[in-house]
Order: sequence, then C-alpha cells, then structure tokens
Amino acid sequence: MKAMITAFGGRITFIQLAVIAALLMVLLPAITDIYRLNLFGKYLTYAFVAVGLVLCWGHGGILSLGQGIFFGLGGYCMAMFLKLEASTPEATASQTTPGIPDFMDWNRVTELPWFWEPFNSFTLTLMAIVVIPAVFAWLIGYAMFKRRVGGVYFAIITQAIAVIMTILIVGQQGYTGGINGITDLRTLLGWDIRTDSARTILYYACCVALLLCLLASRYLLESRFGRLLIAMRDQEDRVRFSGYDVANMKVFVFVVASVFAAIGGAFFTLQVGFMSPTFIGAVASIEMVVFCAVGGRLSVVGAAVGAFMVSWSKTTLSETFPQLWPVLLGALFIAVVMFFPRGLAGLVSDYAPQALSKWRRQAGRTPPSGDPAAEEPSR
Amino acid sequence: MTQQKTKFCPSGRQLLAALTLTALGCSAMLDSVQAGEKPSTEEVNTTGLAVTDDTVRVGILHSLTGTMAISETGSVQAEQLAIKQINEQGGVLGRQIEYIVEDGASDWPTFAEKARKLLEEDDVASVFGAWTSASRKAVLPVFEQNNGLLYYPTFYEGLEQSENVIYTGQEATQQILAALDWVAETHGAETFYLVGSDYIWPRTSMKIARTHIERDLGGEVVGEDYYPLGNTQFGSLINKIKLRKPDLVFAAVVGGSNVAWFKQLNAAGMTPERMPMLTISVTEDEVLGIGKQNVAGFWSSMKYFQSLDIPANNDFVAAFRAEYGEDAVIGDVTESAYLGPWLWKRAVEKAGSFDVSRVTAASAGLEWQEGLPHGYTRLMPNHHLSMRTRIGEWQPDGQARVIFESEIIEPNPFPEGY
Repeated sequence: MKAMITAFGGRITFIQLAVIAALLMVLLPAITDIYRLNLFGKYLTYAFVAVGLVLCWGHGGILSLGQGIFFGLGGYCMAMFLKLEASTPEATASQTTPGIPDFMDWNRVTELPWFWEPFNSFTLTLMAIVVIPAVFAWLIGYAMFKRRVGGVYFAIITQAIAVIMTILIVGQQGYTGGINGITDLRTLLGWDIRTDSARTILYYACCVALLLCLLASRYLLESRFGRLLIAMRDQEDRVRFSGYDVANMKVFVFVVASVFAAIGGAFFTLQVGFMSPTFIGAVASIEMVVFCAVGGRLSVVGAAVGAFMVSWSKTTLSETFPQLWPVLLGALFIAVVMFFPRGLAGLVSDYAPQALSKWRRQAGRTPPSGDPAAEEPSR
Repeated sequence: MTQQKTKFCPSGRQLLAALTLTALGCSAMLDSVQAGEKPSTEEVNTTGLAVTDDTVRVGILHSLTGTMAISETGSVQAEQLAIKQINEQGGVLGRQIEYIVEDGASDWPTFAEKARKLLEEDDVASVFGAWTSASRKAVLPVFEQNNGLLYYPTFYEGLEQSENVIYTGQEATQQILAALDWVAETHGAETFYLVGSDYIWPRTSMKIARTHIERDLGGEVVGEDYYPLGNTQFGSLINKIKLRKPDLVFAAVVGGSNVAWFKQLNAAGMTPERMPMLTISVTEDEVLGIGKQNVAGFWSSMKYFQSLDIPANNDFVAAFRAEYGEDAVIGDVTESAYLGPWLWKRAVEKAGSFDVSRVTAASAGLEWQEGLPHGYTRLMPNHHLSMRTRIGEWQPDGQARVIFESEIIEPNPFPEGY
C-alpha cells in the first residue's frame, strides 16, 4: 500500500487530488446552476490539454504549439459519431439524400464518405478518439525527434501543422462541415445530451476522467521515466551519452500529451454539443499553452487549475466588459508570466509552506521535520 | 461612440426622434393606443421571461471583438438605436426595453455559450444577433432547445427555417435570381464567371446561380472558383478571367479578401466597363474598407442601400447619423439588424404577450406598406421577409445609385431543383 502511494508521489498527491475532487465534484455543483456547471465542464476539457503540456513541455522540454490538433481530432471523432446518430433518415427526410449529415447535403455530397463509416459504431469511435491522435502524434514525433529536431523548430512545425489542419477542414466542407464545424448534436446512444441531467452527468464523468489523467501523470512523473524526462530536458546530451534513446522518450511523452488532449476534446464535444475548426488552429493551440503557463508548467494540478481559472476569467471578464476584455486578459497573462514565472502553482509552493509554518509557530507548534508540503516542490 | 454622441445638440436630437417616431411607428403606435392600458405582467408573460411591470429584457449578441467586429458593430448600433427609439415611444406593451450586450468574440462556440447565458440565466424575451452562418448554426440548437427567439440580420444561404428564428435579411434566391435576370436582359450577359470565398454561403449561392444561369437563362458558366477566407492573392484568378472573357463576373468574396480582390482588379486594368461585375457581398460597410474609388462602377445586389430615397429611410439615416456621427455608413445588414426590434415590437403587440410561441405565431403575416427603411415588407409564415431586391451601382462617393428595382420577391429558403 505504502509503495503504491509513493509511486504516485506520496501522500501529498492524494491530498491535492482529494481537494481538487472535493472542489469540483461537491463544492462547485452545490453553489452553481446548471448553466455555469456546464461551462465549468467545458473549462475542464481544456485542463486535459494543459496536463498533457505539463508532461511534454514542463518536464520534457518539448514545447508544442499544436495541441489543438489533438484536441480537435478527439473532438471531431466524437462529433462525427454524434452527427451520424442525429442524421437518421427520418430526421433528415427533407434533404436530397436523407440519412447523411445535413452539411453534406448542402454541399451536394450524395453518399457518406468512406472515412465516416467507422463512426457508425460507438466502440470504434471510442477507439478512434485515442488511436487516431496517438498515431498522428507518433508520426509527427518520430519524424521530428529521430532527426533531432527540437526546441523552437518543433514549436513552429507543430504550429504550422495546426494551421494546415484548419485550412484542410475548412476547405473540405462537404466532408467536414467546413468553418461551421459539426453542429446540432443531439443524442449519445439514444440518450439526449442536451438535458440538464445529462449535462450534470457528463460534468461528473469529465471530472472523473480528469482526475484519472492527473493520477496517471503523477505516476509517470514519479517513475524512473519522470526523472529521465527532467534529465533530458536539462541536459539532453548527457542522457543520450548514458545510453538512453532520447528520441523514443520524447515521442512517448508527446503521444501521451496528445492522447490527453484528445480525451479532453471528446468531452468538449459531448458537453458543448458541437465541434469546429476554431479549436484546432493557431490561436486555440497557443491559448492552451497559456493555460499551462498561467497555472504552472511544472505542476499537473496547477496547470489544470490554470486552464480552469483562465477560461473562467475569460467568461467573466467578457460578460462584465464586452469590449475591453481581451486587453484585461492580456494584461493578466503578462503579469503572471512576469511576476510568477512558475505560474499559480509556483506561487502556492513558494508561499504556502511559509504561511503554514508561521501559522504553526503562532499556534505554539514546531513544524515536524519531513513535512511533505515544505519539501515537495510543486509538480 | 460616446465622443460622437456629444456632437449634436439636444433639440436636434429630439426633433429627429420625433420625426422617426412618426414615420416608423405610426401603425405600431396605433396598436398600442388601441390596447388601452397596460396589460398585467402575469398575462403577458407565462413562460418565466424577464418581464416586470415596467421593463422587458432582451439580448444583443454580436462580435464586439475579433475579426468580425468590424462587420458586426454596425448591427449592434442599429439594434441599440431601434431599441432606444422604441423606448422613446413608450416601449413594448408599456414596458421599457432593457438590453444586455454579449460579445460572441468572432468565435462560434462563444456565441453558443453566450446564447445559452442569455436564455438560461438572463431569461431574455428575444435576442437580436448572430451574423455569420457559422455563428447562427452554433446558436440554433440553443434557441430551439430553450424555445428562445432570435432575430438574425444577415443575408444568408437559406436551407434553414426554424420556429425560433426570424430571418430579417434576404435568403439566397431573393438576392440572386432577379439580379441575374436583370443582367441577362439589359446587358445580354451569356457567359458568367463565379467567384466566392470558401464557405457555406458563397458555395450555396453559387450553386443557385449556376442552376439558374444554365437552366433558366440558357447561359454558360465559364469558371467557378473559391478562395479561403482571408485570401489576398487573386492574381491567377484575374488571369483566368481575362482568358475566358465572361460577360459578367458574379462574386461573393467576403471580409478582408475584398480589399485585395478589388485593388488587384483595378491594378490589372479590369475596370467596370471592361469587366462588369455583380457582387452579393459588398455593402456600404465593405466599400469603406475597400476604398470608394476601387469599387466605383461595379454592381451590388441588395434589398437596401443607404441612398434609397424613401421617407422612412431618410429618417433612419438621419437618426443613425445623429447617434453615431455624420460619417457613419449603413449597409444592408445594418438595416436588417435595425428591423429586428421593430418586427419584434409589432409581433408582441399583436400577440399581446411576450411568450415566444405566441410572438412567433403572431409574426406570420405582419405587413408594412411603408415605415421600414427598405420599403414594403411582409413577414411570411416561413419566418423570412418578402421585399424588393435592388441593384446599386457604386458611385465615387461610396454610395450606390439604384439602377434596378425588382417586384416584391417572396422568400424561398428551400428552392426546389437548385
């Protein structure tokens, strides 16, 4: 049991996760209405991407400016399944070709394209959500890292791929829904995902999935692989000279981050009810890196909180200042990066232990040695 | 906006308001006078909308930031002006209209999020907003699910008819067919080149245009090309057009691409005399960006031009300028946006209720002989408007001279055989 706890980074991991779980699954649903809860669910889907970025950027030193690609792939896979389910011959009787998605009909497509066929099956869809982004990430990673392309070049190339993907999807609107995206999704296996109860259930499902991703990330970072990852980030050549295949490690961590992003994308589609190329492009992908930077790129929990906080402030600011909010949000980002380079998580780990020990001193107690909160760098 | 407001004197403003009031609200005023004293809130609101004894809340949902802000700002201004004028006349069913502005941020999911907020949190009685097809498609399920009411201002591709949306712009057949007929008749055009930005509206419009040209006019389409949104390289297209020498270029290029498109046409010596071009995407707002001299001589097909000499339009233009400055221009979509609150007011007063289902039921068949800036209008049971289509020839001063006016055209959002 103890060994198992250590494998996940010790007691502190579980305390952190328990706090997050309590906040997300008890406190938030208790204090907000269903509309806000659904929004929070949407923010949480970005947290999946941010957690993935902590692994590959914060710890692996691989900055990907194309995480939107994988978020989008996951989201589109789910959206294609839901769209096919919504496009029954009865529901689309007014079309020239009933039984195909409405946007295909508008674009004079008369037959369901072959690559849409697998998405008639829920099992295949679930597999596709994980496998397609994984394979794509592997291809990109393998092509880059084996040739020792890294750093800023990798960032630029992933960014370019994100832009190319957007253009491809917008251009092939007969097959992809184009700039409109895939809209008007109704049911999942006959279950109406637009009702309040469905949104609540999906929110909880999303929370659970996120907690599992957090746990998996901590496991990965606490393992030998996690140590190697940091070593590789800081002194890549030494790790290579020690006999490790650096490229494979990079490919692996990139694939993991991509799969996380794809899972987030699938949950996004389920909760928001549509998918569009906006989430793949340059802006979305950079925004995801911002989430991670604000939360703290070394801490998986911090990044998740960052994604949540930034999206939440985006909504709040834009509701309060409809014309001024991008400026305010921009100022917030600049302030965080300038004054707290390790993000919110860095702030907490810098000040929380001091505050804690101060409080303990005042209470007439001395901090016990080996206090995990004081020793544990935020991760 | 606030700076411009200080430009005019209060007395002039009151005069203008009074003028507009008489012109625009005659029939509506009569309705409310006939209604006598104010009906009780329980009576006019049975579905939990944000209606009190003195106020009713509505939403305005457009992009105030991002790439679409430049196009959508005019719509927001027009909607705010209409609401202000209605309030000055005493509001709707004796209630002053309060509005909440939300920013769709040129981002379709944000539109859906904000629409949901307006309907589920703010309980608005109606929403004036959405602009691009993509944003309309994104909010549509939200409105249908919550039984909300959306007034959508943009001319668009058709193929849609929702119980919860009133389309105040033209659908594609209204804008295209009569205009093509006119070009074929008066200029003997037989060969056509179709150009558009690459998304649903231009593609659907061109599909309708092509069918009409080939089947009904007996003409020939010698080229059909689409370019990504934001494209600025039209050199090869212009060469192709030069090579195939069509009698008319029929264009639906949108947004920033327009600037490059017209400038490169001019640079290549493609003047309106050498290469007549009819667009369905250029309004006074776009002309401002493209540059007046680059557009002069080309044609646009619209239901409304700022230069229309109709009493209601003169009042509208004067009121708009008084509110937003002498340099403000009004394009077709801005005018459509201005219609939204007025159409809603008439329907609410006819229904005697703010309930969405009753308002939409009362909407069908509403008719304006005059009083709206673009002239005769009838709101059809399919939630689209009947009106005239006009062709304007752009003048060096950035205004259009109307050179053709059609009969009243009924909306046909699901054209058979196109």
